[in-house]
Amino acid sequence: MTARRIAVPVLAVIVFLALWELLVWANGWPTYKMAAPSDLGPAFAKYFDLFLIYGWQTLWRTVAGLALAVVFGVAVGMVMGFSRTMRDALYPLLVGFNAVPKATVVPIVALMFVGWHDFNTVLIAFMISFFPIAVSVSIGLSTLEPEYRDILRSLGASQSTIFWKIALPKTLPEFFGALKVAVTLAFIGTNLMEIVSPHGRGLGALFDSGKTNSDYPLMFAVLIALAVLGIVLYYMVVILEKTFAGWAERPAG
Amino acid sequence: MSAEALIEIRHVSHTFDTASGPLQVLNDLSLDVPEGGFVAVVGPSGCGKSTLTRLISGLMRPQFGEVLIAGERVKGPRSSVGMAFQNPVLLEWRSILKNVMLPLEIVRSGLSRKEQEERARFLLSLVGLEGFEDKRPSELSGGMRQRASLCRALVHKPDVLILDEPFGALDAFTREDLWQTMHKVKAEEPFTAVLITHDLRESIFLADRVVVLSGRPAHAQYVLDVPREGPRTLDNLYTPRAAEMLAILRHQIEIAQGRAPAEEASARPAPSPPAPAPGERATPETQA
Repeated sequence: MTARRIAVPVLAVIVFLALWELLVWANGWPTYKMAAPSDLGPAFAKYFDLFLIYGWQTLWRTVAGLALAVVFGVAVGMVMGFSRTMRDALYPLLVGFNAVPKATVVPIVALMFVGWHDFNTVLIAFMISFFPIAVSVSIGLSTLEPEYRDILRSLGASQSTIFWKIALPKTLPEFFGALKVAVTLAFIGTNLMEIVSPHGRGLGALFDSGKTNSDYPLMFAVLIALAVLGIVLYYMVVILEKTFAGWAERPAG
Repeated sequence: MSAEALIEIRHVSHTFDTASGPLQVLNDLSLDVPEGGFVAVVGPSGCGKSTLTRLISGLMRPQFGEVLIAGERVKGPRSSVGMAFQNPVLLEWRSILKNVMLPLEIVRSGLSRKEQEERARFLLSLVGLEGFEDKRPSELSGGMRQRASLCRALVHKPDVLILDEPFGALDAFTREDLWQTMHKVKAEEPFTAVLITHDLRESIFLADRVVVLSGRPAHAQYVLDVPREGPRTLDNLYTPRAAEMLAILRHQIEIAQGRAPAEEASARPAPSPPAPAPGERATPETQA
């Protein structure tokens, strides 16, 4: 069972890489059009140290932005979930803020905090990823059936007891669903900033230098490295979800 | 009557502000529940039955009139109330045992952790859920979940048990099973109960007094005292005497719905209960 759960996705990745290789080979594309998986090995080997250093930078900036997004998103979600007035007040603001493409915000933030590479990268990762978390927490809290509240309230329980014992655990499945979306969004945010920011660091900067030096296999190798990091982070969220909200998963039947 | 009444509802009126203007749901409603009594409240849909449960549990305060429990005015939630709803609202992330123990985490019961668990296990075995203590609510059927919900409502030994259509969503046979379970539980764990229901058979099977509320705004339109001896078994629900009681209640509901003329509704005090039909086991009547 477990072996199957690992074998199936691994096989899918191998098939995907094989098809990619085939596509490039069949069309006879040069690397500047599209690099084949077989071109990536040498690129990884050549810049192995940079991949480790920059990969780590991208990862921690993303995680930092995501952590901020969780704290801020949960706080905003709680305010909106518990107060109808605050929900009415904040929703248009949040939606408007989320509708602004973050690619347009990146140069503004890059100028605003010029030189603060870590700070502005984390900031963009945070800005792009807190919205789904805030919305899911607020919906989770505001759709709590009144009977759940009444059961505890009729016993004289305080609002905070109701939150910790019922509202919070009940919202966890929605929260983790949003966190999975937020993880990938945060990666996009980090990389947008790393690519645009001059003398930036992280995988985005490595991508940019590949572009400047016409090292096309390097650019593709960065994309693959980003995908791998994204998968790692995503499955870390899945593990957290299984630990804290595994009850929400019904046995398939 | 009021000397022995545990719950006294005195001249309660209540109006809600809704989007389409004020909506009066209760109008000068008075109702007594004696200690150890089981009162069923029936009435047309939307006549304020659920508002009544919220007033008794202290989740809401009446705008006019007062609600007294044990002679004390209800001003807010009191831990001596147990509630069960149509939706069993069990917490999916807890085992059945932990769900039943939830009120003991809020109410100071003076029980040790071990005693709390023993109490929860005792109640679960009483309602026939022995062996399901470690299951999750999602693994149980609707009837079993409702049984667990009942245990949770009773675990902290409340003075007052409020049942807001707890069997309303169950199929007919499961519902009848649960009625019998209620009698069994009451024999072991005496409580004072207010049951909101739409099912007239349920009301005369479980309660010793049935109160018919009028249509909105509701007052107590009619009170039927169910004789002590029955119908307390399912068979007795199909006797002429039970049928007579049901017909009286049915008629009162029609008056409440405005589908029958209301002259007879003026006879507010309960008429003497119909005499036992021949062939039915009648015990000496000690009740007023």
